[in-house]
This record gives sequence, C-alpha cells and structure tokens, in this order.
Amino acid sequence: MTPRFTIHETIEVGPDIARLVVDAPRVARHARAGQFVIVRPSGDSERIPLTICDSNPDSGTITLVVQAIGGTTTQINAMQAGDALSDVLGPLGLPTEIERFGTCVVVAGGVGAAIVLPVAKALAEAGNRVIGIIGARDADHLILVDEMDEVCDEVFLTTEDGSAGVQGFVTDALASVVDSHDVDRVLTAGPIPMMRAVADVTRAYELPTIASLNPIMVDGTGMCGGCRVTVGGETLFACIDGPEFDAHIVDFVSLQKRNEAYHTFEACRLRDTREELDA
Amino acid sequence: MPELTKRERMKMDRTAMPMRHASERATDFDEVNSGYTMEMAMTEASRCLECKRPVCVDGCPVGIRIKDFIELVAVGDTSGAASVILEDNALPAVCGRVCPQESQCEEACVLGKKGRPIAIGHLERFVADEERRRGLRHAAAVAPSSGKSVAVIGSGPAGLACAGDLIQMGHKVTVFEALHELGGVLAYGIPEFRLPKEIVRSEISGLADQGVVFETDVLIGSGTTLANLMEEDGFDAVFVGTGAGLPRFPGIEGEDLIGVLSANEFLTRVNLMSANLSDSQTPVYDVAGRPVVVIGGGNTAVDAARVALRLGAQPVSMLYRRSEEEMPARNEEIEHAREEGVQIRLLVAPVTFNGDDGWLSSVTIQEMELGEPDDQGRARPVPIEGAFATIPTDVAIVAIGNAPNPVLIRSTPDLATTPWGTVETDPETGATSLEGVFAGGDIATGGATVILALAAGRTAAAAIDQWLR
Repeated sequence: MTPRFTIHETIEVGPDIARLVVDAPRVARHARAGQFVIVRPSGDSERIPLTICDSNPDSGTITLVVQAIGGTTTQINAMQAGDALSDVLGPLGLPTEIERFGTCVVVAGGVGAAIVLPVAKALAEAGNRVIGIIGARDADHLILVDEMDEVCDEVFLTTEDGSAGVQGFVTDALASVVDSHDVDRVLTAGPIPMMRAVADVTRAYELPTIASLNPIMVDGTGMCGGCRVTVGGETLFACIDGPEFDAHIVDFVSLQKRNEAYHTFEACRLRDTREELDA
Repeated sequence: MPELTKRERMKMDRTAMPMRHASERATDFDEVNSGYTMEMAMTEASRCLECKRPVCVDGCPVGIRIKDFIELVAVGDTSGAASVILEDNALPAVCGRVCPQESQCEEACVLGKKGRPIAIGHLERFVADEERRRGLRHAAAVAPSSGKSVAVIGSGPAGLACAGDLIQMGHKVTVFEALHELGGVLAYGIPEFRLPKEIVRSEISGLADQGVVFETDVLIGSGTTLANLMEEDGFDAVFVGTGAGLPRFPGIEGEDLIGVLSANEFLTRVNLMSANLSDSQTPVYDVAGRPVVVIGGGNTAVDAARVALRLGAQPVSMLYRRSEEEMPARNEEIEHAREEGVQIRLLVAPVTFNGDDGWLSSVTIQEMELGEPDDQGRARPVPIEGAFATIPTDVAIVAIGNAPNPVLIRSTPDLATTPWGTVETDPETGATSLEGVFAGGDIATGGATVILALAAGRTAAAAIDQWLR
C-alpha cells in the first residue's frame, strides 16, 4: 500500500523539538482546535498521542510539534521530509469549547505552546481578546512565539533562567495578568506540575480554567481505558471525554503518578533508539 | 471406510481434539489445540447420524448447512465442505475456534443427549485450516454489480460478515477500521494461543480478494461522521458494527492506581502491540514471578488470566462474584485455564484496590452468596456481611464487561439509542432509526459473542440488499 502519511517538511524549532507537516487529508478536513492524533512512525511502533497544532484542509496536511522525550518521539524527529509515518488516526478527542467568552488567557509551558496555539487562534476568531503566556526553562525552549504573537492580542514570555522574557514561572505572569485584566477564562497545557499550579492560581479567583491533559494512551478511541483520569471524583477517559477538563477538579497528583507507570521501560527504549540512530 | 450402521455410529466416541500439554503451552503463545488430522476428521464426521431434519442447523446463529458439510468431510472432500460452509460463514477458521458450540449447534445435536455430540466446531476448523494449508481459496460466486456502495464501520466479526455477504450480492463495500490492524476484537482481544492472528489475516484477505476495500486508521464519528459518509463520500447505505469497546470499571476506591487496568488494555498491549515480545516498543506490566488478579468470569477474563500466566505471572487468580454455573466463559476455555494453573475463586467481589505510593499492592475482596435471580434470570450475588479478605497483588486486570463505544453515537444525534446506550435496531433487519443505516453486533446488543455478531452482520446485509434494490 502506498504510504498515506508522507512528511512534507520537518523543521527543528527547539532543542530536540521538531515541527512536522504531514499528509493526512481525512484528519485535515475535520480537525478542530484541541483535538489530537494517534501516530505510529513505523509498522512495529507503539501508538502515541500528539496534538494537532494546525491543519490545512486545502493541502490535506496537518502540523505536529514533537519533543523527543522517548523512543518513539526520538524516532519521529529523526525522520526526513519524504519519509512517511505508518499510521495517523484522528482527529481524536472532543474539540475545545469555543465561544465568545470575553478575555481569555492561554498558558503554556514548553511544547504546551503547540497545544494552546490552535486554541488561541480559534478563540481569537470567535471574537475573544486572547492573552498568551508561554514559559520555558530558557530562550531555546520557547517555541512558537511568533505564531502566538500573530494570533494573540498580547503575549507574555517567562523563562526560568531569565534568558528571554521575564525570569520566573508562567504562574507569576498569570497572577499579574489576572490582577490587571478582567479575565473570563483560562486554558492551560504543559507539564503536569505547571497545569496544577495554574489551577491553584485561578481557583482563588473562581476563574473557569481548562487543562489539556496528557495521560498514557494506547488506542485513543475509548477502547482500553488506559488514559483514564480522575475529574471531580469521577473516572473519565481523556481520549473520548477529553483531553480538556475543568482544571479545578482534575486530580493532578494521580495523573502525574500514573504517567510514571512505564518509566523504566521508556528509559531503556530511549537509550536503545538513540543507539540505533547513532549507529 | 465401510458404511457404518446407525448403531455403530452411536457407539463411537467423540474424537478428542489433540492439544499441547498444559505445562508446555502455558509458557508460550502458540496455539493450544493443534487440530484434527484428516483421519480424525473423517472418523469424527462418520459419526454423524445424518438426521432427516438436522436440528444442529437450528442451533447455528448463521445457519451453516452442518449436516451437508459433515457428509463431505466424511468422504474426505474438504473443498466441497469449505464451499458449503462459506455460503453462510465468511470466517470458518475463526468460528471453529471461538464459537461456544456447546450452547449452540452441538447442544442441539441428537448425539448430545448421550453427552457425545459431533464435534462440529472442530470439524469446521479442520475444513478451513485444511483448505488454507493447501493454499486453496473458495470465493463464493459474486452477483452482477448493483452499482451501489455500502460503508461498513468496524472490521470486527459483525462488519466482516456483513461485508462478505454484501460483496457477494454485487455491492461495492468499503470497511473502515479505527485501529491499524483489521479484525476488531479478533485482532486486539482474542489471544494468539486461542486464535492465531495469521488465521484472522488470512480470512480477511479472502474478503479483500473478493473485492472488499479496507481502510484502516479511520474512526468514524470523530472527524468524518456517518452523515459525511452518505452525503460527501456517496455511500448508499451504512452498516454500523463498532462493537462494545468501552471498558467498565467497578467504580471502587483505588481504581486509578498503577497496576489496575482493563482487560482490553492488557490484551491490546499483548495481542495488538506484541508487548510480550522482548523487542516490542509497547510496554506491559512486568508480571514475571508476581501475582496477578483478574476480575470477571467471561471469555475476556479467562483470556487475560491465561495471557498473564504466559507472561510468567504466578499465581494467577480469577475472581468471579457468582458461582461457576453462571460463568459466561466457554467451558473449554475454563478447563484449559485450570489445567494451565489459573486459580478460579468463586463468589468473591473486589471492594477496594489498595496502594502504596500510587502503585497497587493488594485487593480487598468480599465473599458473596447467591440470591434472587436478576432480570436476565441469573442468580444475583449478595455480599456476605463482614466476610472480607485481602489478596496481595501488583496487577489487577478488570474484565467486567464493556459499554457501547459512544464515539459514533455522540456524533450522530438522530440515531436512536436504548437506555443502555446501544443503537436501537429492528432485530429482524438491523435497521436503525436512520434511513439507510443498519447496525449489528455488540453495538446493538451489548457485549455478546463473535458468532452472534456474525449473524447480526449477515441479517443486516440481507436487509441492506433489499433496501438498495
């Protein structure tokens, strides 16, 4: 069978972070902000979820941003334009709820920027005033800043080492934005401790806050329940009930813990993949 | 073989299925049963009394002409037998292995009254295997093209049976599958030692040879909707066979602990993603030398227990809340599981999963007794007050059934559903509340068996054919 999911373009946008444009006409035709795909780079790969950062129904392509943190993501980022992914299934998950809320703040950490970018765009198109906050450990790890600038009314940058933007955490920036603006809604994506801290900041203001969760997934269609998360005491499946949930009632401690389930295996796989690629 | 008298036939023993010894098979994923030889098959077939009114056929959900194919096996004509079976069943190698014959055709068999029914399932399997071994393909005749096209959603047993019949009726058929591998539960659910994937692939490629188009990596209802298929892609009719793929959890404390997982997840990791192989890129919990508990009493629970055993888990215990009589699993599988060393604890139910820093460490169970029958006539389990016990375990596999997968239903607001979340259908035709849309299998009935899904697929195919003409 001819490969359907050819990579058109792959650009390094940060350390171990690639942006890929991939042929996936069916996905591109229907994708909406907040949705994701399940990808297998080759015929023997595991299935991993990746957020759809952008989609173009006319060219039939989608954009994915991949940080090489494990074996499979490392394998994807080593692929070249012209190579094809074995499988791309999507769009999956419920799209972000987009309405005219008023003023919305999107808060991203690291590659979370790839998740909030399409949401910021959709919110802006719906007539919201959109404020972006992107944080990373240093300037190199701040990605999609220009793209965020384009769709947001204002963008604040933070880095832990102060090499770009304001030194500190996204929560510092968020607290000052919330204090100085009349904010109606917050959406956050990134590392779990960061999303949890964002939820803690906005809880005091009773500010509706949505978090895009990233649990371990296998099929992505509701069939296995591996991605179940506890939200308001209820067991829900991130793949079909999410991936976005009310951040104030998400059990982030459980989510963080569950993501450690295969740490040893993943570390071995990452090492093996790097060795294979170096060989 | 000389013609046997009826009396002689009735005296013969049922030909046992050759199988590998429990101690050998429990350590690998190769098939348990090794299948009849031609001689065994002919001997077994020669026991058939050739009833004037073969009641076995009534016991078969898809109505295979059992007596006719067995007569052909008795004279060694496996090709003839295969043609007879394929008229009614596109997946004989699968059904010969996974159908609950003891409650269907073999239960009806006249010889069954003496406890020795004809081994119809074993013979069906033999015929299909023999033809495959000899590289023979029996494509049933295809009717002239109708010019109509049908979308089949889901490549599990219901979808495959529906597609197989529709293509023979002269319609164009495209099957959409969400996963990267075809077969639905046959691919992700039923383990290799019970149903080798090669057999599933071979039976599916038989359908592809006849012209069925298969498209993987498409989840209808997420992105492309059912309405898109009819309005944009131009399909004249749709069959929904999306299955019961939404695992239930008991809703008890601690079910988010690492180590608690659904049987679907466990089996998918091993069957679909080959996590049992040392070079697999998909992980599964390392259970070697450690205890595993499986909760449930159906075929999926037994499959999960036997897979855990093959990954080296020790001991493997199944916990079932009713008595053995109510266990929904096939008798043969329960027997095989016991032989291999699976312990079955009856009349117990989990109460809490207990953890240590986020990882499962034990399951607290409560003893049950049987009470009044429920609305399905099965005795209801009633907790015995104060009768608790704790079982240390790192892994608890939950196999207490599946709810209908909601993805397609949610995106098709006009499709009428039952209070249980299944798609409402006319059982005679599979017709749904939407014009030109039919459904069958677990999405319509809730979790059932492969053969009932096949039957529903066939029923719907006949109704779709009528509707298109």
